[in-house]
Amino acid sequence: MLQDAARLKITRDGEIVLVEFTHRKILDEANIAEIGDQLVALVENEHRPKVIISFAGVDHLSSAALGTLITVNNKVRNHDGQLRLCNIHPQIFEVFVITKLNKLFRIYPTIKEAKESFEPQSKQSAI
Amino acid sequence: MGRMRLEKTTAARRPVDPSSTSHGLWCRLEIPSDPKRVEEVEETILSQCQRYSFTDRDLFALKLAIDEAFANAVKHGNRCDCDKHVRIKYRVTPRRADVVVEDDGPGFNPASLPDPTSDQHIECTHGRGILLMRAFMNNVVFSPSGNSVTLTKFNDSIRNKTEHSIAFG
Repeated sequence: MLQDAARLKITRDGEIVLVEFTHRKILDEANIAEIGDQLVALVENEHRPKVIISFAGVDHLSSAALGTLITVNNKVRNHDGQLRLCNIHPQIFEVFVITKLNKLFRIYPTIKEAKESFEPQSKQSAI
Repeated sequence: MGRMRLEKTTAARRPVDPSSTSHGLWCRLEIPSDPKRVEEVEETILSQCQRYSFTDRDLFALKLAIDEAFANAVKHGNRCDCDKHVRIKYRVTPRRADVVVEDDGPGFNPASLPDPTSDQHIECTHGRGILLMRAFMNNVVFSPSGNSVTLTKFNDSIRNKTEHSIAFG
């Protein structure tokens, strides 16, 4: 385990970094900036990062959290990396659909499917 | 911690259980302009909705919309000035919940906001709150000055029962 912060659990499986939320209300407004800072710092330290963010257990997502995810996605792209989202509750997935961010992010039902979706480094392009 | 004032106004026509709900009554809260305070507001309102068996989706929608309205009031209306306040007025009945969120700011014109789903703005990191409020609520109305928004959510468990009785008698 690389880090076990209060709100994020971050583990590594080979070259893949898996981010999970430890609290179901972790995405409330007051915590979002801190989460964003941790995720951006994580990406900054990786070369061609392959990051999966799992939303298992998360039952709320605000628009500010969406903004943070976009920032992280841009950071990952700037580092020639790939970001995947998974385990999104149907109600929260509706938020992605309404905002059309389901077109911007690569979203998968499970961690396994997210892992399998990563492209090899040689063929890798932005997102 | 600042204060949270609760007042009830407007007599209910026929309260079911005034000791446990605010049936038909408008309740008012005034809280400091601090994003951390939204949770207590949501708990207060959603606990009343739960007593009337609002669906899980209704509760999710209300929490989301109140979150967004409160965040806008604190950030854009009151510019995160803790000396300013957010006023919440709400009424919960078996059929619907109405929540009014008002800030101390000068207001804005919601029609002037860009479409956050457009190709030009899809990667903007802000500007989706009102879109989500409108998508998840049955009605969203801004005051003419724009510093107050009224959110309305109908109780889908009642609506489902009504539709079931119309369909099956």
